[in-house]
Amino acid sequence: MATKVAKSPWLLHYDGSSCNGCDIEVLACLTPIYDVERFGIINTGNPKHADILLITGGINTQNKAVVEQLYSQMPEPKVVCAVGICACNGGVFKECYNIIGGVDKVIPVDVYVPGCAARPNAIIDGVVKALGVLEEKRKNMKGGAAE
Amino acid sequence: MVGSMIGIVLYLVFAPFVGGLISGIDRKLTARMQGRIGPPLLQPFYDVRKLINKEILLINNMQFLFAWCFVIFIAFTGALFYGGVNILLVVFVLTTAAMFLVLEATTTNSPFSVMGANREMMQMLSYEPMVLLTAVGFYVATGIGPHDGTFNISEIITHSDIPNVVYLPGVFIGYLYILTIKLRKSPFDISMSHHAHQEMVKGITTELTGGMMALIEISHWYENVFLLGLVALFILCSKWWSIPLALIVCAAAFFLEVLIDNTSARVKWDLMLKSAWIITLVFGAINIFILQMF
Ligand code: SF4
Repeated sequence: MATKVAKSPWLLHYDGSSCNGCDIEVLACLTPIYDVERFGIINTGNPKHADILLITGGINTQNKAVVEQLYSQMPEPKVVCAVGICACNGGVFKECYNIIGGVDKVIPVDVYVPGCAARPNAIIDGVVKALGVLEEKRKNMKGGAAE
Repeated sequence: MVGSMIGIVLYLVFAPFVGGLISGIDRKLTARMQGRIGPPLLQPFYDVRKLINKEILLINNMQFLFAWCFVIFIAFTGALFYGGVNILLVVFVLTTAAMFLVLEATTTNSPFSVMGANREMMQMLSYEPMVLLTAVGFYVATGIGPHDGTFNISEIITHSDIPNVVYLPGVFIGYLYILTIKLRKSPFDISMSHHAHQEMVKGITTELTGGMMALIEISHWYENVFLLGLVALFILCSKWWSIPLALIVCAAAFFLEVLIDNTSARVKWDLMLKSAWIITLVFGAINIFILQMF
């Protein structure tokens, strides 16, 4: 699996309307205990450098445009990873007046990581799953003919 | 002539590999200092390979042109240096190269890039006097004794059997100080940081995607090999033992930079500018002034 893109996935973490529980778990992945940089994963703050869009929390009427813009600014190939049950389908906030729902209501989601909060090992697992999708997309991008 | 051709070819071919490896060691060391395992040693190469495989979203054509100019001029700087040509020429070409990166960032009109470009110019303003003084320092140091002073890099190495650093300890300290700025290490990584989540995103490189970003990475490898070469120039002399000694000093200098990077928080531009100029004056200028009296 470890080929061109998969060995160096750069993340963009976006906090939707989360309770911050999942965000703290995402940051925990960077600490010495989990150390995601082992896999070459870098938490970049820049959509133009990112390969994986990691979203925590659901989509509300105000951040819908932001998420769409971030997604459109990322160069292909790119994958989206929804972290936490809020990002998957709205979770506990589902019924709120301002919540549209999960991330997949506005952009295509490739990997869902459930949990409330999602644990760091689940998040890392989700990212590693996303790498497979990323590699697949890269192959398709080349039109299959180049491979 | 043949010697300098060999130097140039060796540099152009191998500097990216050495530079990438150095950057890998840097990331591994950094991780270890933070109590982490860290990425594989070859991670920088994986990163660049991935970037090349990604889509390029160009903002305008000038971006493309300037990014290429940056790489070419940086490689040219190093080639002149390892070719053993005039050190003043090397210094001027280096400045030109740095300007292209600033131009590239300014053409994008993105607030983060432009802010990075402004800060990059502050950085240039901070290190430029010391870089020039380094060249002058070598001229004065080679002028001691029976010879005339020279800016020629091969002659700087061969003119005596005592390392130049013996005459230029102050200049050496000054150069090490601005090396932190040039290597984009904390506390002076104000125009572009290797660490995530800065107030200016990725600063000067924010708007570069895919292959363009890979180009900038590779030119930084070229640049770092050149900068460490300049450290070695302080040590190299006509004796054979100066070569292993130069390698050791380069490694020590690099380790010191990584250590500083991990133990200090970034400063504001005015502190960077003031401290760099004070160090330049106190260590660099006084050193050269004293040498002039002999
Ligand atoms: S899934 Fe749970 S922990 Fe995560 S953002 Fe939602 S409510 Fe918070």
